[in-house]
Amino acid sequence: MSVTVADAESAGPGSSRTRSARRAADPPPRQKPAGRRRTAELLSARSRRDFPIFLLLVLPNVLLIAAFTYRPLLTNIYYSTLNWTLGSPTASKVGLGNYREFFTDPESLQVLWTTAIFTVATVGGAMILGLGLATVLNRPLRGRTFARATIFAPFVLSGVGIGLVWVFIFDPVTGLLGAIIRGFGGTSPQWFNDPKLALTMVIIVYIWKNTGYCAVIYLAAMQAVPADLVEAAAIDGAGRVRTFFSVVLPLLSPTTFFLLLTSILNSLQAFDLIRIMTPLGNGTTTLMYDAYLQAFGGYNRAGYSAAVATILFGILLVMTVVQLTLLERKVHYS
Amino acid sequence: MTVVVPAAGVDAVTDDGAAPPARQRQRRDGPLGRQNLLAAIATGYLPLILATAIIALPLLWMVIGSLKAPSEVVTQNLVLLPQHPSLNAYREAGTKIDIGRLFLNSTIVTVIGASIKVLLAITTAYALAFVRFPFKRVIFVFMLVALMVPPQVALVPNYILIADLGGVDTYWGIILPGLGTAFGTFLLRQHFLSLPTEILQAAEIDGAGHFTKLLRVVVPISTPTIATVALVTIVTEWNDYIWPLVITTDPARMTLPVGLTQLKNIEGDASSYPILMAGAVMVIVPVMVIFAALQRFIVAGLTQGAVK
Repeated sequence: MSVTVADAESAGPGSSRTRSARRAADPPPRQKPAGRRRTAELLSARSRRDFPIFLLLVLPNVLLIAAFTYRPLLTNIYYSTLNWTLGSPTASKVGLGNYREFFTDPESLQVLWTTAIFTVATVGGAMILGLGLATVLNRPLRGRTFARATIFAPFVLSGVGIGLVWVFIFDPVTGLLGAIIRGFGGTSPQWFNDPKLALTMVIIVYIWKNTGYCAVIYLAAMQAVPADLVEAAAIDGAGRVRTFFSVVLPLLSPTTFFLLLTSILNSLQAFDLIRIMTPLGNGTTTLMYDAYLQAFGGYNRAGYSAAVATILFGILLVMTVVQLTLLERKVHYS
Repeated sequence: MTVVVPAAGVDAVTDDGAAPPARQRQRRDGPLGRQNLLAAIATGYLPLILATAIIALPLLWMVIGSLKAPSEVVTQNLVLLPQHPSLNAYREAGTKIDIGRLFLNSTIVTVIGASIKVLLAITTAYALAFVRFPFKRVIFVFMLVALMVPPQVALVPNYILIADLGGVDTYWGIILPGLGTAFGTFLLRQHFLSLPTEILQAAEIDGAGHFTKLLRVVVPISTPTIATVALVTIVTEWNDYIWPLVITTDPARMTLPVGLTQLKNIEGDASSYPILMAGAVMVIVPVMVIFAALQRFIVAGLTQGAVK
């Protein structure tokens, strides 16, 4: 293929054609060209002719991302220094007042605590269950393709729809779960009134929704584990459990790391389930939900909400930087 | 420790059907030995069936619930299957809130939003992969970082901007802030870079410009990846919640998830569960159908980049 191309090219006139012919002959075509050649290429009339096309293709997307993804990060910081009611034409400057309020208010400390519990429980739960399911799905069992798809499905379904389904199940009086508990002679816990139980309930549903994602990613990583390593361990007399913990799990560590950080980021941003299952955030107000409630939950405190969002973003930023630096190191592990 | 041989080895049948269940003998059992079979069921099929059931049953319960009469729900005595399954709840839901309208709104927002997003992803990815430009790397990093900025953090600033522009309760107000796409761009760029360069060079020799190359060469040979991006985008748009929730107050402009929130607020008591389940069916089942038919693409798209 490349030979024909090169032949045809060299037949053609014009300096740019011969250059691309030379490039076609290069075995790794996608490598960064050497500095000098690159400059020459950029200065050539032909590449300058490409600039407007590039901008035409790229600018709409870049402008949208700049306007609705990057700009808010900055305006948020500005808004967070204001005492400002949403919809009001006036606002007063309070400096770091909103942050001071957040970090001294016992309620927001409760919010941080709830966020921590929710994040640790959902990330830990979904990853451990996902890992367990992946080991099962990795075995040549009948119907595992179907099972894999079923287990993954909740991850792509609407959080609002899922929340409604589980409200219907958890309802202490009319719900399925209550009926089962009564069947065993117990009484259903008050899932919605008790703040601790409400948080437990939302955590359970969140894990239900996200375990499949962890399982499928772990499964893909497990299938990449070289079979000869597992066989070698078996020959050395290691049992299945020993092989799993001493051979397979260490090889999965880049995946574990990836999942850990993406799951933490996702859990910190959880919203749909919390909003639909516990609208008042009684015991389930995480940082994300607090930012929403403060601005749109009746308080209309735009400035304070921006401060909460900025704190949340700060946490996400730290997590992302950790991911980028540590993950990079871990990826070369195997 | 029981040694479980994978079922792939079942053709190596052994005759230990009468093997005593003594612990010491287990290791020498063949693949079809009673112990191994039991172990395969206990550590393989049982958890698999259990997990599948835990996932599938609540969804099944939703569908059954939507077919029940209110009296079959407002009771302490569990009614497993409705006596006279009916679509009344769906009709009833329509009288409480214009659910047909919600469905239409969701469809409009999803179709327009996803189409533009996929288009932008294709053009941006093509430019990043094939068009020469001095600051390409900067723009790529700009996209990559945007991938990690959560849209939720931008809630208040975007609300204020769109409200000032008069976008509350409009389709464009719902669609516009989410249009920029880093995810699709990233996925497609990776794919475009893996295409054989010879094909593009051949097109170039035939005198094809960038637009011809994009439309006649790159897009046709990239349909599976574009389908992946399109499906993930469609599902995300359909499920999108927090932004439409904030930017709409008029039921005539609400998307399905937002309208269902409204429905749950006005229909607080237990007798309305069939109606709420009917709503849940309408928001969940379309995605479930798409997922069932095309799950290979969706799973690939959502797990992309994880295993590298």
